[in-house]
Amino acid sequence: MNVRVAPAPSSILDQDWSKVLRWGLICGGALIAICLVGMPVEMDRRILVERYLSLGYLSVLCIPVLVGWVASTQVVLEGVEARKQGLFDLVTGFVVGAIGGGCLALLMVALDSWNLRDPLVNWSPKLLRFLTYENGMGFGAVAWIVTGAVLGLAGASFRVMPRAVRRFTTFVLFGLISLSILESVIDDLSEGFRLEWLDEFMYAKKGGLTLTSVIVIGAVIGVLSLVADGRMKAATERYRNLEGVERQKTSIVLFVVVAVLCIVLPMFLGKIVNELLANVGLFLLLALGLNIVVGLAGLLDLGYVAFFAVGGYTTAVLTSPNSPWFAPELHFGFALIFVVIFATITGLVIGAPVIRMRGDYLAIVTLGFGEIIRLLFMSDWLGPYFGGAQGVTNIPGVDLGFATVKGTDPRSVFYLVLFFCAIAIYVSWRLQASRLGRAWMAIREDEQVAEAMGINTVSSKLMAFVVGAVLASFSGAVLAAKVGSVFPTSFMILVSIIILVVVIVGGMGNIAGVMVGSFVLIGVLGGPKQPGLLQEFQNFKLLIYGLLLVFMMLKRPEGLVPSARRSRELHQEEFLQDAWLQDDKLDSDDEVSVSDGGGEEQ
Amino acid sequence: MSLLEIRDLKVTFGGLDALSGLNFHVDEGEIVSVIGPNGAGKTTFFNAISGLVPPTEGEIEFEGESIVGLDPSIVTSLGIARTFQNVRLFPNMTVLENVMVAQHCRTTQLLVGALLQTKAFKKEEREIRERAEEVLGFFGHRLIGYRMDQPAFALSYANRRRLEIARAMATQPRMLLLDEPVAGMNPIETIELTEMIGRLRTEWGFTIVVIEHDMKVVRDVSDRVVVLDHGVPIAQGSYDEVSTDPDVIEAYLGRPVEAAS
Repeated sequence: MNVRVAPAPSSILDQDWSKVLRWGLICGGALIAICLVGMPVEMDRRILVERYLSLGYLSVLCIPVLVGWVASTQVVLEGVEARKQGLFDLVTGFVVGAIGGGCLALLMVALDSWNLRDPLVNWSPKLLRFLTYENGMGFGAVAWIVTGAVLGLAGASFRVMPRAVRRFTTFVLFGLISLSILESVIDDLSEGFRLEWLDEFMYAKKGGLTLTSVIVIGAVIGVLSLVADGRMKAATERYRNLEGVERQKTSIVLFVVVAVLCIVLPMFLGKIVNELLANVGLFLLLALGLNIVVGLAGLLDLGYVAFFAVGGYTTAVLTSPNSPWFAPELHFGFALIFVVIFATITGLVIGAPVIRMRGDYLAIVTLGFGEIIRLLFMSDWLGPYFGGAQGVTNIPGVDLGFATVKGTDPRSVFYLVLFFCAIAIYVSWRLQASRLGRAWMAIREDEQVAEAMGINTVSSKLMAFVVGAVLASFSGAVLAAKVGSVFPTSFMILVSIIILVVVIVGGMGNIAGVMVGSFVLIGVLGGPKQPGLLQEFQNFKLLIYGLLLVFMMLKRPEGLVPSARRSRELHQEEFLQDAWLQDDKLDSDDEVSVSDGGGEEQ
Repeated sequence: MSLLEIRDLKVTFGGLDALSGLNFHVDEGEIVSVIGPNGAGKTTFFNAISGLVPPTEGEIEFEGESIVGLDPSIVTSLGIARTFQNVRLFPNMTVLENVMVAQHCRTTQLLVGALLQTKAFKKEEREIRERAEEVLGFFGHRLIGYRMDQPAFALSYANRRRLEIARAMATQPRMLLLDEPVAGMNPIETIELTEMIGRLRTEWGFTIVVIEHDMKVVRDVSDRVVVLDHGVPIAQGSYDEVSTDPDVIEAYLGRPVEAAS
């Protein structure tokens, strides 16, 4: 077969101008949108590199780079060899970036001449000052066009660079950005390990990396990336190819390392980071439970927060002396038994009527039930028992004999959460490879056939509901002990949605994926009420959640860390193609044996 | 007494009688073919037996007990397994899992066993797996080996049909309902499967009801043939009797022109 080569453009100006314009306007639109949302100004306070870069500027600057990179994508058709990318694509990126910058310049002019503050809250002189670098209109306009063009060019240049250079640059950039974002964590860590000099060297007093440390750290990361090139992959490959006892041994070693890290590391961490980890753990616990319901059994439950609330309120009523109606002041451990019982009952009560519905109907009905539970706790009717809007306060910590777990000591909370997460992970892992887990998968695939194959779908689905409910109620119980109070407002519908986003973005049906999802979303961006690492994102959290969800659904529906099954499901065609190429030999086998069988028959 | 006894079965969808007053019986160890033109009610007949479609009227008895109105899962656990005309596997589960999950109604372990990894749980898992491999082994090398761990959607069309039969076998039924088992297979595969249907009776002891359009298959496998048209049986008997029956020929080919006028 002769390979055709994609036609090369005759000159670097022989661009597909309509495409370039389109991407330029997309870039400009994104820039204007982000400015008017108020993100840059708000986040300008967070300094990433001392005197040079704030999170606000980063949020604006990354857009032309990304769009430049996307715009210079080459469409490669099957059987046509790709054209070698070069100057031509750089020009594309350059022009796209310049158009984007130009849009921003226009925004500046508009900001200066009209006052649209009324509908657009962020239409402010502050934004103008931010955009002009406080250097006047003319300078600002030119500067943005030039910056946009240069950044667009930079984005496109990622396509042109040789692989090693590209790897080097991406690693350095990502490393530096994550280090500057992780400032508080590293502060904390270096304090715990008595390495204050490292901290002082890396970060300026007012926050942000210093210029010297940027250069030094950048170099270190770059060298590391070159050294590590291919080794990580080789190591995972080696691990995958291990079999039997060897594999078991390695898995055990890995498990022990992770477990020791989880137990030892928090001892060196300060309050802020431990608090963060505890929050991540709480949501991880919820997400693991929801993963069983949605990921394994395929029941889209949008009212999952109901079980979280039941866990929280049960613990509150049973342990708090301030419980308005019935205050037995039980120990947390005893209360937990009742938490499991009530979660099971709620799971059955909510599950029984909705379980016969499918897909969207189930989602909507559970959404309703989630709200009903919250409103019941808030209602006048149950107010005397659960405190209504005032909630239940003064919930004691967990007295373990040798230590007390309470909100003021986030490290202990983290350990408690870790314990429950370990249970949840174990449960998910064991159930996946069991009779019940297989039944759930079958129901997810085709409910009617599952039924015809002898699976009692009603009881299996109820079981999934109950297991999910119990895990969520554990999370609620820990939350109650951690915060010391529960209010109906802690159990808004938003919690359900955020957990679902965590599961989807992380990777549905995959335990590791759910973990990554909770770290990235809850840890970095923050939960519904809990701040994350980037506290400056607080106001834009939901916007970013939404954007992330849309992006993931379009580009990577299997999630950040997909389960093998799900990515096969979503990329069936590619998988089939591979299988077909592998299968050539086997099909010929088929023919031989079939004609054997046929021989006698005829 | 026959294994399956159906009396005056009637299934109505809205105003349409898919089956109207069907009488039917299958004896232990028989292979019965059900044939008829498209829309004759053959698949509805299977759906009614397996509990997917509730009959409007009539009685279905399996081993002397009425199974009308029971859930499909209970019907399966009583010993009636089926395949589907438009192959309905669990596409994203592996070949092995497809067959393992079908043993659900023959096994008992629930949460506690799986979580504590009890001896009974491990033993049962091992047995499920062994049985699954045994059932898949019936189809030779086609479904065992590396294919066991492939998702079902990656199988070739013929293999999907085979896997569906394997899945039905794994429920440990007494009676198998096969809905067009050779549809879409090439002639060689068809011949092979025909022979296997025979072996399903002799080696596994299943009583079998087959819906089939391929007359060669019907001739080769069946002890008895039942012809349905418009929801009523129009002929019954051996293949030779049925294939020469004027009513059957009319149902398939239409009435001769001179008679119609």
